[in-house]
Amino acid sequence: MALQMLVTFSPWNCLLLLVALECSEASSDLNESANSTAQYAPNAWFAAASSEPDERISVFELDYDYVQIPYEVTLWILLASLAKIGFHLYRRLPGLMPESCLLILVGALVGGIIFGTDHKSPPVMDSSIYFLYLLPPIVLEGGYFMPTRPFFENIGSILWWAVLGALINALGIGLSLYFICQVKAFGLGDVNLLQNLLFGSLISAVDPVAVLAVFEEARVNEQLYMMIFGEALLNDGITVVLYNMLIAFTKMHKFEDIEPVDILAGCARFVIVGLGGVLFGIVFGFISAFITRFTQNISAIEPLIVFMFSYLSYLAAETLYLSGILAITACAVTMKKYVEENVSQTSYTTIKYFMKMLSSVSETLIFIFMGVSTVGKNHEWNWAFICFTLAFCQIWRAISVFALFYISNQFRTFPFSIKDQCIIFYSGVRGAGSFSLAFLLPLSLFPRKKMFVTATLVVIYFTVFIQGITIGPLVRYLDVKKTNKKESINEELHIRLMDHLKAGIEDVCGHWSHYQVRDKFKKFDHRYLRKILIRKNLPKSSIVSLYKKLEMKQAIEMVETGILSSTAFSIPHQAQRIQGIKRLSPEDVESIRDILTSNMYQVRQRTLSYNKYNLKPQTSEKQAKEILIRRQNTLRQSMRKGHSLPWGKPAGTKNVRYLSFPYGNPQSAGRDTRAAEFSDDDSSDPGSPSIMFSALSRIGSLQKQEAQEIIPMKSLHRGRKAFSSGYQRNTSQEEYLGGVRRVALRPKPLFHAVDEEGESGGESEGKASLVEVQSRWTADRGHSRDHNRSHSPLLQKK
Amino acid sequence: MGAAHSASEEVRELEGKTGFSSDQIEQLHRRFKQLSGDQPTIRKENFNNVPDLELNPIRSKIVRAFFDNRNLRKGSSGLADEINFEDFLTIMSYFRPIDTTMDEEQVELSRKEKLRFLFHMYDSDSDGRITLEEYRNVVEELLSGNPHIEKESARSIADGAMMEAASVCMGQMIWQGIDIETKMHVRFLNMETMALCH
Repeated sequence: MALQMLVTFSPWNCLLLLVALECSEASSDLNESANSTAQYAPNAWFAAASSEPDERISVFELDYDYVQIPYEVTLWILLASLAKIGFHLYRRLPGLMPESCLLILVGALVGGIIFGTDHKSPPVMDSSIYFLYLLPPIVLEGGYFMPTRPFFENIGSILWWAVLGALINALGIGLSLYFICQVKAFGLGDVNLLQNLLFGSLISAVDPVAVLAVFEEARVNEQLYMMIFGEALLNDGITVVLYNMLIAFTKMHKFEDIEPVDILAGCARFVIVGLGGVLFGIVFGFISAFITRFTQNISAIEPLIVFMFSYLSYLAAETLYLSGILAITACAVTMKKYVEENVSQTSYTTIKYFMKMLSSVSETLIFIFMGVSTVGKNHEWNWAFICFTLAFCQIWRAISVFALFYISNQFRTFPFSIKDQCIIFYSGVRGAGSFSLAFLLPLSLFPRKKMFVTATLVVIYFTVFIQGITIGPLVRYLDVKKTNKKESINEELHIRLMDHLKAGIEDVCGHWSHYQVRDKFKKFDHRYLRKILIRKNLPKSSIVSLYKKLEMKQAIEMVETGILSSTAFSIPHQAQRIQGIKRLSPEDVESIRDILTSNMYQVRQRTLSYNKYNLKPQTSEKQAKEILIRRQNTLRQSMRKGHSLPWGKPAGTKNVRYLSFPYGNPQSAGRDTRAAEFSDDDSSDPGSPSIMFSALSRIGSLQKQEAQEIIPMKSLHRGRKAFSSGYQRNTSQEEYLGGVRRVALRPKPLFHAVDEEGESGGESEGKASLVEVQSRWTADRGHSRDHNRSHSPLLQKK
Repeated sequence: MGAAHSASEEVRELEGKTGFSSDQIEQLHRRFKQLSGDQPTIRKENFNNVPDLELNPIRSKIVRAFFDNRNLRKGSSGLADEINFEDFLTIMSYFRPIDTTMDEEQVELSRKEKLRFLFHMYDSDSDGRITLEEYRNVVEELLSGNPHIEKESARSIADGAMMEAASVCMGQMIWQGIDIETKMHVRFLNMETMALCH
């Protein structure tokens, strides 16, 4: 596998490297020759040209300086992307180390190349570019993909931990380093308190989200996830606020000038900056949500609105020296709920992917810069400073984690165990943020800037590589307490049943959320906010809109990949089921156990699944998808076997695709006697529903009541267009799931992608088996009316 | 004053009967009111208000368990139409965690109670025995989420499981080796935390 990765890795990258090398050599040659004659390159061209009496039109010219900056930036990004492809090809690798490792290595590589070829790297990163262009996308992505419900449930703990943790770390590290600097032996006497504090604040900016992917498999619980996520989110904001404040202090030159009044003013400023930023963000979030209400007809600008407003909130906050990071985070959080409901499906996807793309580009660039800085001559290595920095980072993080959590555990519903705290402590991995802040230290105020940069780099490398790689095994070690004893089938079943039962009871007693506060907010939301911010004529339930998205996705997937695999799994002694009891052989037991473990309906996992670098489906989507699959496949199965029907298998029934009956055209499917019978009943109208009904009338075994219940389905089909309506289907889903009042929706065309549905197996019995399934379903479940409604999608699928 | 007094007496009575602390009772009462929409009793339809429950495969069994007369200790079979708060608490008390301060006998008693609750979940026709049909039903429900399993397979699995147990006793289920104390409990909220959160 590694070989495979290398093989894919190398040809492309060799090519790129060669190109890069050649370009850099060419440009350095150019620079030399240009410098020898004139100062500016374009002038050099002219000068060189004019110095020669015979001017030729050259057939092939090279003007590298013109494109240098964008060209190199693009090359870097491309290189990082190729590295990521290679990284993910080797499937085990993402679980071993965080992707940051990879990015740093790529950066170091590029840095090495640039250094080796003596090429002057283009000055892409300076303070304004970082704060104005590179940082906002990263923060926006963090805020947008934050799972809001767990965040707000834990907001007390998260704020407590993030804010105080950052402060304690910053001040602690700064002060300790100051005391170290006082020791004459280390030669650090000229680093004063403010500089140390500033360094402490920038080195305490952690990026733990990068390691989330590494221990995702260990199924870390939701609370822990949220703490880490929340910390990452707020940490940037707080660190930058501290940083700016301390820079302002530093600019006041003399240390003695700083009076207590200033410090108080600083603290007050800290609070105002934070809260003001959040306020700005919320206002802008509401405005943008409001605007998306009116963009039905020009859905192409919806992503634009989302991004521009977020960015605007950032800039507006920065204008007033408020925290732009917190503003953009608050904007994203506020906006997300309403925007997701308002925008079209494609805009929604676009927004998500574009956000990921932007943030990953930003981060890549920052890491490349880090790599470039690493390999170079801009270092000042001071053993004492660096070692103590490393040590203090770990020590203070441990202190802050254990102290703060000890206190907050007294107030929490679910206290964090020592294991959880260890995981939080160990996930203090630094990232791009620290480096950027160190890099942007003004040299005038920090004569020993190089030392700071070196120390930052060492800390980043250490935490990312060593902590990043070992945290996976550590988490798995801490978590694995269960013994892998072989369970019997019974035990497996019972345990699963108990898990489900437990989950159910927890739901009933409202375990997982503080329903009171949430309900109040929801009421307020429904009564006022949604009326203003959400488009009319939209389904009022989030489940419905989720289904809308899922059904489309499902349909598209089915087209792209063919049928969902529907291998009929049969157990060896299936045929002998009726023949009485027979001893199970060990292989049978084994096979049954395998089936059970892989196939039992998963207990709803309370764990989140956030990956910084990829988009993964949300858990709620997965659950809803399971229901969808369940529904569709039960139908497909019943399509295949129809032996329970009174008239048995018809001879030569081929591909009676209940799905592919186009509107008013009964010829598309293969004809057999039964299909002919059915189609005769109703030649001009929607084929499938009436076929359903006529089949029903023939089946005597079905109860009249059920038949009548299915008939009301027809009323839903009136006014239907040629393609089936996703919305109507969703109405049924809504009722199936929630018993909510029916919403009259105008139908939207759904992707006509379901031709393959009926293809599996040759013995499809078409409609009749569908009816049988429906009757089975109605018998099984209590709410017959609701569940009949749920079958309308079948009827509608064309 | 009088109203409060009798309320706290009620609470104490419930405390004694079900073993919950007064704070827990209060919190559960709030939840009960939410579910019932401020009515004094809950019916089966009220459980539709719990959206997450919909995605649970054994939802019907769980809801049914709330109304099962055997769990409510009101008889040996049949279903109640509606339950009041005391019944609600009774059902919830099956899920209290095993207290470390309890002695052997109480632990054993509690374990038996929990086992009986589970037994009643399986035994849907209340005849005191779990037949093969009932067991099959359970397995089907558990597997109902999966597209690859046919009904045949579910039946076969149930048969296999039954036969495993049949080595001990023909046709009946014996529960062995399941760590029921640690599995079957739900941590009820600590009241101080709720107070702070508001």
